Amino acid sequence: MKRYLIPFAIFVVLVIFLAIGLKLDPSYIPSPFIGKPAPEFDLPDLHNPNQRLKTSDLKGQVWVLNVWASWCTACRAEHPVIQRLVSLNIAPVYGLNYKDKPEDAKKWLQELGDPYKANLVDRTGDVGIDWGVYGVPETFVIDKKGLIRYKYIGPLSNGVVDAEIVPLLRKLNAEAD
Amino acid sequence: MIPEIGQFALILGLVFALVQTTLPLAGAHFGIASWVAVAKPAARAQLLFVAISFAALTWSFLTHDFSVKYVAVNSNTQLPTLYLFSAVWGAHEGSLVLWALVLSLWTASVSLFSRSIPPKVLARVLGVMGFVSVGFILFILVTSNPFERLVPAAIEGRDLNPLLQDIGLILHPPLLYMGYVGFVVPFSFAIAAMLGGRLDAAWARWSRPWTHVAWVFLTLGILLGSWWAYYELGWGGWWFWDPVENSSFIPWLVGTALMHSLAVTEKRGTFKAWTVLLAIFTFSLSLLGTFLVRSGVLTSVHAFASDPARGAFILVFLAVVVGGSLLIYSWRASQIRSHVHFDILSRETGLLLNNVFLAVAATSILLGTLYPLIVDALGIGKISVGPPYFNSVFLPLMVPLAILLGVGPLLRWKRDSFHRVWTKVWPIGALSLVIGGLFPLLVMDFYDVRAAFGMILAVWVLGVTLRVLFEQARGRGFISVSRSFWGMTLGHIGIAVFIMGITLTSIYSTEKDIQLAPGESYDLAGYTFRFDGVTKITGENYGGSEGKLTITKKGVYITTMKPEKRKYRVQKQPLTEAAIDAGLFRDLFAALGEPLGNKGAWSLRVYHKPFLRWIWLGALIMTLGGLFSASDRRYRKLAGRKKKQRAVVTEAVS
Repeated sequence: MKRYLIPFAIFVVLVIFLAIGLKLDPSYIPSPFIGKPAPEFDLPDLHNPNQRLKTSDLKGQVWVLNVWASWCTACRAEHPVIQRLVSLNIAPVYGLNYKDKPEDAKKWLQELGDPYKANLVDRTGDVGIDWGVYGVPETFVIDKKGLIRYKYIGPLSNGVVDAEIVPLLRKLNAEAD
Repeated sequence: MIPEIGQFALILGLVFALVQTTLPLAGAHFGIASWVAVAKPAARAQLLFVAISFAALTWSFLTHDFSVKYVAVNSNTQLPTLYLFSAVWGAHEGSLVLWALVLSLWTASVSLFSRSIPPKVLARVLGVMGFVSVGFILFILVTSNPFERLVPAAIEGRDLNPLLQDIGLILHPPLLYMGYVGFVVPFSFAIAAMLGGRLDAAWARWSRPWTHVAWVFLTLGILLGSWWAYYELGWGGWWFWDPVENSSFIPWLVGTALMHSLAVTEKRGTFKAWTVLLAIFTFSLSLLGTFLVRSGVLTSVHAFASDPARGAFILVFLAVVVGGSLLIYSWRASQIRSHVHFDILSRETGLLLNNVFLAVAATSILLGTLYPLIVDALGIGKISVGPPYFNSVFLPLMVPLAILLGVGPLLRWKRDSFHRVWTKVWPIGALSLVIGGLFPLLVMDFYDVRAAFGMILAVWVLGVTLRVLFEQARGRGFISVSRSFWGMTLGHIGIAVFIMGITLTSIYSTEKDIQLAPGESYDLAGYTFRFDGVTKITGENYGGSEGKLTITKKGVYITTMKPEKRKYRVQKQPLTEAAIDAGLFRDLFAALGEPLGNKGAWSLRVYHKPFLRWIWLGALIMTLGGLFSASDRRYRKLAGRKKKQRAVVTEAVS
C-alpha cells in the first residue's frame, strides 16, 4: 500500500511548489547592481557643457538618478511624478539624459519644467551600459557611501514613490556616512 | 441577446455535467439502473448546450458585437472573415470554451461508440468525464466569462494579435486540445476500472483506440505549432523548448508510453498497475500543461495575460482531480496481482524499457520546465533553463530508445532466444552502419560523425521495421497484415524519417545575417540570393514593405522570394513574414530585417535548411500509423460481437 502512495506524495510536493509559484512574478528580475558601488561616470552638464560631474562628487549624500530622454513617451508621463518627488525635498534628483540630442532635451525641459538638480548628458549611451540601463525611464537610489540601493525600471508612479522611494530615502538619510 | 443565450447555455451545460457526474457514479455504486441510464443522455445534452454556447460566441465575432468585451479586445471590423472564426479561441476565455466544447465532444463520442461496454462501466466513465467538465465550465463561468458585456460598447475592436492571424493558428489550438483533452478518455476508463474494482485487460482494450485517436490529434497539434513557429516567428527554428511547447510535448511522451503499455496490458494482462498510473499521468500532465500556460507562472514566448485567481482555480482543480485519482490508485493498485511472467529477453521487456526511456525523458523535460519556478520558490535565485539543458538530456535518452525500437518489434512475447534475434538483426545492423556511415560522404557537402551516427540510427530503425513487416506479410500478402500492425510499422517508419530530418537539418543548416543594396547578391550553400529592392504593400488590416529576392543556382533561375515586414494598423505591431521556398530536400528561408541607410539597402536573414521537411513528414507518417491502429478490425469486431450477443440476450429475455 505504502509504495503506491509515492506518486501521490510527489504530486503533493509539486502542488505546493506550484502554489508558491502563483504568488511569484517570473518576469521580475532583481538588478545585480543592488548593493554594489555606483559605476563611475564623468559627464558634462546639459545646460553648461563645460561643467562636468563625477559619481565621486556626489559621495556623502543620498541622491536619485533618473534616466530619461526626450524621445521617450513614458518619460513624459513620468515627469510630474519626478517633479512631485523633488518638491518633497528629501534628496536631490539628478537626470541622466540618455542617448538624446541636447537641443531636444533642453526644449523638453523648457516645455515641461526642469526639476532636476543637474542633467548629465550621456550622448552615446556608454554610461547607460555601465549602469545596466535597458529601458528608459529607469530610476536609481544611491546612498551616502555611493552604493546603489534601489532600482526601478519603467515610469515611476506616485504610488511607488510614496510606498517605496520616500521611505527608503528617509531611512538612508538617517544612516551614518 | 445572443451573448446572454451563450452564457445561459453554458450554465445549462454545467447543470448537465453535474447530472452526468453525480447520478451515474452513484447509480453504479448503489446499483440503481435508472441512475446509470442517465449517463448517456446527460452527456449528449451537455454537448448540445456547450455547442450552443460556442456558436453564440462565434456569432458575436461574426456580427462584430463589440458590446462583448472579449470580442472588442480580440477582433476588428477589418479582420478577414476566416480569422473571425479563429479569433474565438484567440485568447484565454474563448480557448477555454473551446476546451469545454472539445471535452463534451469526446464525452458524447464515448457515449455513442460504447456498445461493447457494460452500462455500469460506461456510467462510471462518463461520470468521471462529467466531473472534469464541471470543473472546466465552472472555471469559465467564475473566472473567465467570455460573454461579459462592455458598457458602453466599443465602436471598434482592438483586433486580433497579428501573430495569430494565420492559417496554422486556426487549426493548431483545436487539434492540440483534441489531443490534450482526448487523454481524458483513457484516464476516465482507468478511474472507472479502479472504482469498479476490475482492473483486468478489458479497460485496456476499450481505451486503446481512444488513446490512439487522442495521440494522433496531439501529434498533429504539436506538428502544426512547430510549423507555425518556423514560418511565422521569423527565427527559422522549429522547436524552442519553450515552457508552453514543453507542456504539450510532455503529455505526448507519456501518451506514447501509454499506447505501448496498453498493448502489453491488453495482450498479456501484465503491467496493470503501471498502465493505470500512466493513464492518470497522461491526462494529469495535460491538465498541468493547461495550468502552466494559463496561470502565467512561467515566462514564455507565448505571452498570456496572467491572473492569480485563474491560476488558483486551476491549481485547486488540478489538486482535486490528480490528487483524487492518485489516492484511488494507491488504494486499488495494491490489490492488483499479476501472475504473468516473462523472461529478460521478451517483447514485454522491450516495451518496459520503452516506457522507462519515455517516462524518464518526460520527467527530465518536466523538471527543466519547472526548475526556474522551483528555484524561485525556494528563494535561491532567478534562472532560466534553455535548449542546452533539454538537448543534452533528451537526445542521449532517445538514442538507446531508437536502438531498442529496432529490436522491439522482432521480439516474441514472453520468451525469446538471443540466437534467433541476433541472426535476424545483425545483417540490418551491418547494412545501417554502411549506409548511414557513408551517407554524409556521398550526399552531403562535408563529413560529420554526428550526421553519420544519426543516419545509422535512422536506417537501423527503418531496416528492422521493414524486415518485420515483410516477415509478417510473408506468404499471406500485405493485405492480410492487420491495421494494428500497419499502425506500428508506420509509426516506427515515421520515427526513422523524423530522426533523418532532425539530424541533417541541425548539422547542415546554414544561416547568415547580411545587408544588401538593390542589385547586390549573396551566395549561401550554392544558392545565389539577389536582392531586387523593397516595395510598399497594403493588406486588409495591415500595411508594410515587401522585399524581392531572386534565387539562382549556378545561373539557373530557381524562384523568387518575397519576405514581408508588416505593420498591423490597429495593434501597431510589426510582424515579419518570412519567405520560404519549401522543398523535400531543402528549405530556403529569407526574412526582412531593417532598412539601412537611404540607398534602399536592407538587412536580411537567409537560411538554407536541408531535409527540414522530413521532421514534419516523419510526424505525419506517425499520425497515419496512429489512425491505422485506431481503426483496427479487432475494435470494430468487438463492438459488433457484443451487439449480437446483446441481441441474443434480449431475445432470450423477451
